Amino acid sequence: MHKESEIRDPLILGNKTYHDISKDIARPVEGKANKYWWILFSLSAALMLWGFACMAYTIGTGIGAWGLNKTVNWAWDITNFVWWIGIGHAGTLISAVLLLFRQKWRMSINRSAEAMTIFGVAQAALFPLIHMGRPWLAYYVFPIPNQFGSLWVNFNSPLLWDVFAISTYFSVSVVFWYIGLIPDFAMIRDRMSAKVSPMKKKLYSFLSFGWSGKAKHWQRFEEVSLVLAGLATPLVFSVHSIVSMDFATSVIPGWHTTIFPPYFVLGALFSGFAMVETLLIIMRKVVSLESYITIKHIEYMNVIILLTGSLVGTAYITELFMSWYSGVEFEQYAFLNRATGPYWWAYAIMMTCNVLTPQLYWIGAIRKSFVWTFVLSIFVNIGMWFERFVIIVTSLHRDYLPSAWSMFSPSFIDIGIFLGTIGFFFTLFLLYSRTFPVIAQAELKTILKSSGSEYKNKK
Amino acid sequence: MSSKTTIYGIFDDEEILLSSVKEIRAKEIEIKEVYSPFPVHGLDKALGLKETRMAITAFIYGCIGISLASLMIYNIMIVDWPQNIGGKPNFSFYHNVPSFVPILFECTVLFAAHLMSITYLIRCGLYPGGKSDSPDVRTTDDKFLMEIEVEGDVSSVKDILKQTGASEINEKQA
Repeated sequence: MHKESEIRDPLILGNKTYHDISKDIARPVEGKANKYWWILFSLSAALMLWGFACMAYTIGTGIGAWGLNKTVNWAWDITNFVWWIGIGHAGTLISAVLLLFRQKWRMSINRSAEAMTIFGVAQAALFPLIHMGRPWLAYYVFPIPNQFGSLWVNFNSPLLWDVFAISTYFSVSVVFWYIGLIPDFAMIRDRMSAKVSPMKKKLYSFLSFGWSGKAKHWQRFEEVSLVLAGLATPLVFSVHSIVSMDFATSVIPGWHTTIFPPYFVLGALFSGFAMVETLLIIMRKVVSLESYITIKHIEYMNVIILLTGSLVGTAYITELFMSWYSGVEFEQYAFLNRATGPYWWAYAIMMTCNVLTPQLYWIGAIRKSFVWTFVLSIFVNIGMWFERFVIIVTSLHRDYLPSAWSMFSPSFIDIGIFLGTIGFFFTLFLLYSRTFPVIAQAELKTILKSSGSEYKNKK
Repeated sequence: MSSKTTIYGIFDDEEILLSSVKEIRAKEIEIKEVYSPFPVHGLDKALGLKETRMAITAFIYGCIGISLASLMIYNIMIVDWPQNIGGKPNFSFYHNVPSFVPILFECTVLFAAHLMSITYLIRCGLYPGGKSDSPDVRTTDDKFLMEIEVEGDVSSVKDILKQTGASEINEKQA
């Protein structure tokens, strides 16, 4: 049995039994959606459809529909791409890295964090696809023999590394997620009556792959989860390192920095945890999971946000220092212009939301407050979007020839596509919250005796 | 000739189940299967199950992944269409391997994770639409079920189950 210090706060509140856990987690699947769910769903779906229309317009008319110009030839598309990929990082961190560190608090939140990862990476993948202009030729990015002779992809290019990293990350995350879902789908299947809801019963029988919970199967399940966590951990770090190399291997001042891989990975974890908080604080209310997603979970995540936020702040300052120390005037200008040039306001938003406001988490009362956490998590989401915008646009808008200097203003379509992906993301997440076991209940049951409040009080 | 009877001992708690498994095995009664709603720590050892070799398969699949990826990159970049990119010609795999590392790594993980998961599903007989063979649906919720096959007299086995803490005992004639 798991042993744990008694002074640790319980992770499962209320006098829950194993059966209560099954009941609470199956409830959203078995019950009907409430009014708030329908309102949120309609809004997200409308936004999603609007986004799809903008994407269709882009593909129909070309990338000229965006606000790009000859100088700033990469803007919102890549900003959104990096933002969504970053959000996708917390899920695998929670499920893989925290599994390796045997952190029990991950169990209530890993399923939703992984769902967020998968939906976030799907949004990210849309942007390169649209940017191709002819998405039906997307298979050109894979090394497959084609009718034009020996025309191959370039394995020296970070853009190709990106293709491999993101497809591996996406597919491995889906597999990791699904392996964990099988026993939980089986729990829902076994609760359903074939008379009352025959279609649902059939669906969950199909999804649960015939899982029955044999001792040998559980033994393999645990080993497979551990090995997948071991494989996913370096994968998480590699993906955002590779994304950062899209910039770091170039020669543009402001991008050409060796600090990028760790800086991007930390930023990704930072923004990912913020998005997990935004989603979970809403979800615990909407599907009544207050006993499982407690203020303790939120506090642990706030500590990670405080740590990664401070490290990101250190990276910003290191970048400034290095540009001065390099003695290269182009570098110095790029960073001075970032902070004081025409995009000073974007830089200020980035600094405020990523470095200053997370420091409020040093105060215990703020760290242990749902309201504060919710507000600050939105700040981080905004700040991290601006971080990518600052890196990408401010480095490009002052070109080598002053005659080519320009500014970027997003078009209607740019904004539409970005909002559309937010709608798409929330639509997927809302559908997930009504059809999937949103907490890894089988794993949660293993910590009930060590971390449930009732069992703790008995000791 | 005595017929085979299957006895199902149902437990409410994993610690009671674990001690019961140990006692029953000490009496040299063979436990056919145990069904549980979550992984019970130490149950595999108590049941005398062999260690699983899933991690070894992952290692082998990873080796296959990195070999195939090396072969692919060698053929594409060095043999089939060597190019001089940025003054760094692709004449030998050895000299160009640093810039191939990211993709070699990703392919290793890709192969290891997917093939291990497929092996796991096949070894456990899990597939989309498969049928569960658990004798009691409550085993995915909160009950732990021990399945014992007995030839002849069942009462002694039932007694041991009762003594070691089973909350419910059912039987099925084979």
